[in-house]
Amino acid sequence: MDTLKDKAAIAGIGWTKFSKNSGVSVLSLAVEACKKAIDDAGLRVKEIDVIVTHNMSDSVMPQEVATCLGLPNIGYHLEYWAGGPAGCQIIINAAMAVVTGMAHYVVCFRALNGCSGRRLGGKGERPPTTGEAQFLIPYGWTSFVHAFTHCARRHMIEYGTTPQQLGMVAVTQRKHASMNERAMMRTPITIEDYFNSRMIAEPFRLLDICLETDGGCAVVVTSAERARELKHRPVYIMGAAIGGGPNPTPYGMSTFGWLRGSHTELYGKYISPQLYGMAGVTPKNINLAELYDEMSIAVLIQLEDFGFCKKGESGPFIEEGRIEIGKELPVNTHGGFLCEGYLHGLNHIAEAVSQLRGDAGERQVKDAEIALCTSLGMQVGSALILRR
Amino acid sequence: MGEYKKPLPTPDIETKQYWEGCKRHELLIQRCKDCGTYCFPPMPMCPGCQSMNREWTKVSGRGKIYSWFVVHYATHPDFVDDVPYAVVLVELDEQADLRIPSNMVDCKIEDIKAGMPVEVVFEDVTDEISLPKFRPVR
Repeated sequence: MDTLKDKAAIAGIGWTKFSKNSGVSVLSLAVEACKKAIDDAGLRVKEIDVIVTHNMSDSVMPQEVATCLGLPNIGYHLEYWAGGPAGCQIIINAAMAVVTGMAHYVVCFRALNGCSGRRLGGKGERPPTTGEAQFLIPYGWTSFVHAFTHCARRHMIEYGTTPQQLGMVAVTQRKHASMNERAMMRTPITIEDYFNSRMIAEPFRLLDICLETDGGCAVVVTSAERARELKHRPVYIMGAAIGGGPNPTPYGMSTFGWLRGSHTELYGKYISPQLYGMAGVTPKNINLAELYDEMSIAVLIQLEDFGFCKKGESGPFIEEGRIEIGKELPVNTHGGFLCEGYLHGLNHIAEAVSQLRGDAGERQVKDAEIALCTSLGMQVGSALILRR
Repeated sequence: MGEYKKPLPTPDIETKQYWEGCKRHELLIQRCKDCGTYCFPPMPMCPGCQSMNREWTKVSGRGKIYSWFVVHYATHPDFVDDVPYAVVLVELDEQADLRIPSNMVDCKIEDIKAGMPVEVVFEDVTDEISLPKFRPVR
């Protein structure tokens, strides 16, 4: 079957500074990140013909970015309404546009003032009690963090996973972040520091939960042939999948509701066959994984659902140190959302590209050839297998 | 009764019968008239058999604790003074996967356990709204 495999590539990556207070507009973050990614690819801005982005809370429209960048003509453009699941999904969308002749050079971006602007966890406002939220908020279930507690609690109930094992995600990723100049949190921590961090919504402590970040990140996608003519060695899209099982979103767009279905087996289980099938590889071939980590527990569940260990065995897998750089499967080599910053997914992809180019400096994974990137939002998600 | 200061549900065309049942202290769950599958939150079509024949059925109000969390840091202003408080997810006895979020009454946070049998009680918080809550089955 004719698939997307190896037909498109990532040719450029760019970031703004990640901070708690950018002091600039979301549009400024968006165009700065886009320009840096375009420069990194060795392209001129006027060669970009397609812009894709995704939107939840703070964002700017692709048309607005095109205006500000001064694109002479914009072709296909997309602003996909989703947060977590969208990072890999918009790259896949860009790749599909490239291989179907809808695009030559696509810039994909995500920009938000996620800390100083609109915060996903809220900052003292009262969210509407409509849709599924009418059954949640009256009881004090008021945020995404609350929804994901059930994943951790059920993993503990079903598989005996421990707080120590969750904590080792935070400790390991902080160690990785200590080698990343972009990371917002770079001071190494111990498991004692984890246990001393304050309880937010038990079983989650502060260090189980991702940062809130102001910043922008952008990625340039083009065809494999065109990418070979550009500045960097291309990073090819080998495998791609989008989806999940039942209940992809709660009733009435109440995005933090999660009542039905499994809390310990998520979208990865459903999309893995297509992902690995398209790429023609198995989990054993993956050299590093940038796994969506809005909460520590997501790393555990994705290790299982993407086939790196059996269901229920991710806790010991992490505790044995197997997700550290230099070990079996380095995970979140930039520190992830827990430490680098929460850019809603694109920063995972940009890091994987750095690693596969061999440009990751002190935190470089030796002989990195194939990387997995994932994006998760409740019971739906997307993933990419990238190769150098 | 004193003024209730917590957020109240906003019933809609799909959910108003649920809240009307609560007001009468009856836990009504939407059920498919064709295949018998219960559905919560309610939906216009049965996800099991795609029938649009829906009805509201009184259930036993009994279930088991599926999961829970304990909020120590509240971002919603109306819950700041309540910490620590627990939110439970109760799986009703009628059907696996049929789960209702709620709070426990007559139960200390540290006594909440997975699989614990619970039963519904209704708290009349305003003239219009009664919230189903759960207590341990004695």
